Amino acid sequence: MADMSGAQMVVEAMRREGVEVVFGYPGGAIMNVYDEIYKHRYFQHILTRHEQAAVHAADGYARATGKVGVAFVTSGPGFTNAVTGLATAYMDSIPLVVISGQVPLSMIGTDAFQEIDAVGISRPCTKHNYLVQSVEELPRILAEAFYIARSGRPGPVHIDIPKDVTAQVGPFNYPEEVRLETYRPTIRGNMRQIKKAVEAIREAKQPLFYLGGGIIHSGSADLVRKLVDATQIPAVETLMARGTLPYDHPQLLGMVGMHGSYAANMAMSEADLLIALGPRFDDRVTGKLSEFARYAKIIHVDIDPSSIGKLVHVHYPIVGDLKAVLEEMVPLVEERIDPGRYQQWRQTLNHYNELHPITFEDSDEVLKPQWVIRRIGERLKGRARIATDVGQHQMWTAQFYPFTRPREFITSGGLGTMGFGFPAALGAKRAVGDGEVVVNISGDGSILMNIQELITAVQYRLPVINVILNNNYLGMVRQWQTFFYDKRYSETDLSIQPDFVKVAEAFGGVGYRVSTKEEFDQALDDALNRGVVALIDVVVDRHENVLPMVPAGGSLYNMLLEYKD
Amino acid sequence: MTQRRVISVIVLNEHGVLTRITGLFAARGYNIETLTVAPIPKSKYSRLTIVTKGSPRVIEQIIKQLHKIIPVYKVIEHSELVEKEMVMAKIPLEERLADVEALCRAYNGNIVNIGKDSAIIMAADEPQRIGNFIEALRRFNPKEIVRSGVVAIER
Ligand SMILES: Cc1ncc(C[n+]2csc(CCOP(=O)(O)OP(=O)(O)O)c2C)c(N)n1
Repeated sequence: MADMSGAQMVVEAMRREGVEVVFGYPGGAIMNVYDEIYKHRYFQHILTRHEQAAVHAADGYARATGKVGVAFVTSGPGFTNAVTGLATAYMDSIPLVVISGQVPLSMIGTDAFQEIDAVGISRPCTKHNYLVQSVEELPRILAEAFYIARSGRPGPVHIDIPKDVTAQVGPFNYPEEVRLETYRPTIRGNMRQIKKAVEAIREAKQPLFYLGGGIIHSGSADLVRKLVDATQIPAVETLMARGTLPYDHPQLLGMVGMHGSYAANMAMSEADLLIALGPRFDDRVTGKLSEFARYAKIIHVDIDPSSIGKLVHVHYPIVGDLKAVLEEMVPLVEERIDPGRYQQWRQTLNHYNELHPITFEDSDEVLKPQWVIRRIGERLKGRARIATDVGQHQMWTAQFYPFTRPREFITSGGLGTMGFGFPAALGAKRAVGDGEVVVNISGDGSILMNIQELITAVQYRLPVINVILNNNYLGMVRQWQTFFYDKRYSETDLSIQPDFVKVAEAFGGVGYRVSTKEEFDQALDDALNRGVVALIDVVVDRHENVLPMVPAGGSLYNMLLEYKD
Repeated sequence: MTQRRVISVIVLNEHGVLTRITGLFAARGYNIETLTVAPIPKSKYSRLTIVTKGSPRVIEQIIKQLHKIIPVYKVIEHSELVEKEMVMAKIPLEERLADVEALCRAYNGNIVNIGKDSAIIMAADEPQRIGNFIEALRRFNPKEIVRSGVVAIER
């Protein structure tokens, strides 16, 4: 292949990798690349209005599809704006390639205009990063970045390219296949360990599936469903695993953890065997570690050996790609396990569920946020992607939305990034096209953290429906202040608000303000018909709390089931 | 429960690789007692020798986290190993150099340089013995002491 400039190489690499859309924002150090984008339209470029939103949009695209999301930003402030996006993707193991411009090689280290040590900043929040030193190594680095991002435990990869490197010309030797001597993720699980694990399941009396985000990343929800159906062993899902089992699956006890269901948390506490498939034992799930799953032996399948045994002792560690491991495990389980064995255990747990189901008290006077979410579910179940921001609305969505499949729920779990929802929803909408609705369920705090993206939605015709559960509070923080700080509402009152209807209209979208069920139904219908970006500002009960709740650091079996004023 | 561990890490000899390692230790609160690095002859790799301390779980995590760093080729957790460390010191010329030299000899060392007003000595031995050596050296009023950190090789 003929020689080409570094900028051409970047664009050509996108073509080779089958990238159909890049989210980004130009600036001095990356202008050579943008000039190439102008000349070749191999992929669509979506100009977000903030670099953070570009990375979140690439992330939302990746979460919706499983493909690598791509974002371009310039040096200095362009890059630093992108950092929250990288960190968000890193914590949730989302495959991204983020390319930033850098000042020319000769100026690095001189505190040049818009120079910042980008690889120094991104190192702890990426799976890997590169500062490109010459145009000769650029093709290899581009290919490696995509490979590293999507293989093994996925994650974001950052490439920092000095401006002169994008101008220099060199040979484009793009590797057909990437092989790295120093990076070889374990794919196949150890067969002996798998057999031992199956024996442990056979011997257990009260086993429990603890389903984690790794299931979504590895595309093994179908296998998990087979496994659960074959064994009829009860299951709990983490926030990141929502949709692995359909919401009405008979073995599903709901979400586990701080705002998990009573039955799910009690199941964790009383199980004698946890079959952990791709979770990472996050503190929001385990609660107090010394009390976590205190009667259980643990099987843990994960592609990342460092996840296994990091926080709790694991009796049957299995390192490998979940899909590859489950392909071995399912036939063994089907052959060896009698689902009748766990009848008693299932009854106990069903009883817990009847005792304290996930529920709320509806009202005729004021809209309850949970009602709104349930309503969205009734209307759109199975044909929408649901993004959220972070806060009470996120937890209510996780509790009340009827998830039916993987990649339906797009939420920032590990980092808990307010401002994630809307741009991620835009990325998801770009991915799914007209066939599916994308709703971002947000709060009156979070939505303002990337509200400028309304214009991106209008420009690129990405009609995301934003439902703002407006409680005039930073609700989740307010809830903690109510419970644990004697109601000292320090800086959480959001009584002063913009007129969201006007905001939406000013950007060319549609806005609604609703405070009754009828109004909400009408607004949602109208928004679905209009086909432009929408803000539905829903006035909800200010004082509603997310329950049940395991106070931070408490044990899973000590749940706050109600709050009396 | 905390134990001392010597870990060797074989890494690709490339830009920024050392920061990846030290950054990991800093970010996760792991302890580094000594760290030595040098290229492995006739290869594209370098070898780091890290002496660290921690509970068995922490040590296990350190090793797993090191493995996760992309340019890390190998992590060797030593159990059966030979460790050496080197030390250099400046001793004023007024001291009794014959005695200094005898001491150095006992620790695989000698006097390596004599300057205007001080002699430079060195010794190379097991880390623990190097500690003893430094103690013994005190009575010759060393002006400066430089330790190399530990290098180790499997038996
Ligand atoms: C960027 C960022 N800043 C601060 C926080 C801390 N935080 C977590 S939830 C929350 C309140 C969110 O309020 P809102 O978006 O209105 O949602 P609600 O809880 O009311 O549903 C805050 C401030 C965060 N998660 N992310």
